[in-house]
Amino acid sequence: MSAAEEALLTAAGLTKLYGARIGCMDVSLDLYAGEVLAVVGESGSGKSTLLSLLATQLRPTHGHIRYRMRDGVVRDLFTLGEAERRFLWRTDWGFVHQDPRLGLRMGVSAGGNVGERLMAVGWRNYGRIRGEALAWLARVEIDTERIDDLPTTFSGGMRQRLQIAKHMVTAPRLVFMDEPTGGLDVSVQARLLDLMRGLVADHGLAVVIVTHDLAVARLLSHRLLVMRHGRVIETGLTDQVLDDPREPYTQLLVSADLRG
Amino acid sequence: MVATDTALVTVTGVGKTFVMHLRAGATLPVLREVSFEVHAGECVVLDGPSGIGKSCILKMIFGNYRIDAGSILVREGRQYTDVARASPRDVLRLRQRVIGYISQFLRTIPRVGALDVVAQAARDHGLEAATARSRAADLLARLAIPERLWQLPPATFSGGEQQRINIARGFVAMHPVLLLDEPTASLDQVNRAAVVEFIRHRKRAGTALIGIFHDEDVKRLVADRAIDVSRFRA
Repeated sequence: MSAAEEALLTAAGLTKLYGARIGCMDVSLDLYAGEVLAVVGESGSGKSTLLSLLATQLRPTHGHIRYRMRDGVVRDLFTLGEAERRFLWRTDWGFVHQDPRLGLRMGVSAGGNVGERLMAVGWRNYGRIRGEALAWLARVEIDTERIDDLPTTFSGGMRQRLQIAKHMVTAPRLVFMDEPTGGLDVSVQARLLDLMRGLVADHGLAVVIVTHDLAVARLLSHRLLVMRHGRVIETGLTDQVLDDPREPYTQLLVSADLRG
Repeated sequence: MVATDTALVTVTGVGKTFVMHLRAGATLPVLREVSFEVHAGECVVLDGPSGIGKSCILKMIFGNYRIDAGSILVREGRQYTDVARASPRDVLRLRQRVIGYISQFLRTIPRVGALDVVAQAARDHGLEAATARSRAADLLARLAIPERLWQLPPATFSGGEQQRINIARGFVAMHPVLLLDEPTASLDQVNRAAVVEFIRHRKRAGTALIGIFHDEDVKRLVADRAIDVSRFRA
């Protein structure tokens, strides 16, 4: 079996309990390179908890996650040392938040935001860092003349694209996205989705995207997990789950989706 | 049942029932015991009144609808995949390499131009970029899509134009199995003739085609045999 056929990430029995309350219960999944997995469900369904567990921002009550590191060695993420975990966060992973203020430093220029990630992995040459930042701003369709402007002067859609540029600059293999199109106008969403599709195709990215928007899941993802009350209630090929939903709750979600 | 050597698609005992939980769990049995084979180089037409489940069969072969009973074996070289039991990744692989599908409606990404939409389908099938674009351009020209529209997103096109983009996207790749759901429904005479020619060309190239055609003329021109779907009514 070639490396490309091995899962990048495998989660088994992930459970997070907050006292007696269930955050997320017994979730298992595989994720492969080039694959977009969407997690859908309403607020409180456990989808954000699952994302935080996968991104190791939360420790599970039970369960584990195995991850194939860049050197090909498969590691249990919760046994990594702090330095190794930071390394993943700085290079191999990206995280696109719904609120760009969580993913960007708002007091630092656009170029600085992108360049910072490169400096964190040891880039020192100012000219090369700026050159790479310019290339990524162009790739995410931000006017390169805005490189020295603060993100506070950017529109919502531009901030999201800047977040993406910042996280793509280190060539991550896995990107987590938490409602990345939330709160954006429909036309701005379309542009962002198009950009994300292109990045997945060009870079063979694996993506876990949490969204309550089924249209976003349909456009972007290959596979879908439907969550309710902390559990995965239905999973499969995205178009199959959306066009032929089996579970009562999934049928309700699909029927309530105005855009079909 | 063992698939015979040349069958590319072998449908055996397939059943489909919808359970509608929003209507108190009402069950709607649609199909039962659907069985047929499709071989390389032939065009099989699914016949019968509307609502009988013709599209449903195509959607099950494509993995878009779940298969409640039976099996659908799809051959890829010497390897057989049962769509009824295949993992999502296996179904995606089949769609990439083996099964093409021209649906009645075009679903595309906003902002992507018509030529790129069609070329991307060829790229997904493994064609190299320049070949994909030239094949896409050739098909758009043969389907009489004016060149001034090629860079525009098809979402803004008329129904007939969108359907032609859909057809171009289905024919641009060389999938060994091609599913056609009323591809000529909203086309004029000239474009219908173009589609008939595409289908004949693919038959000669050894593609197995399964189609639904309401247009009797088109059906007569392309069909090698017809399957009456009403005999599989549940």
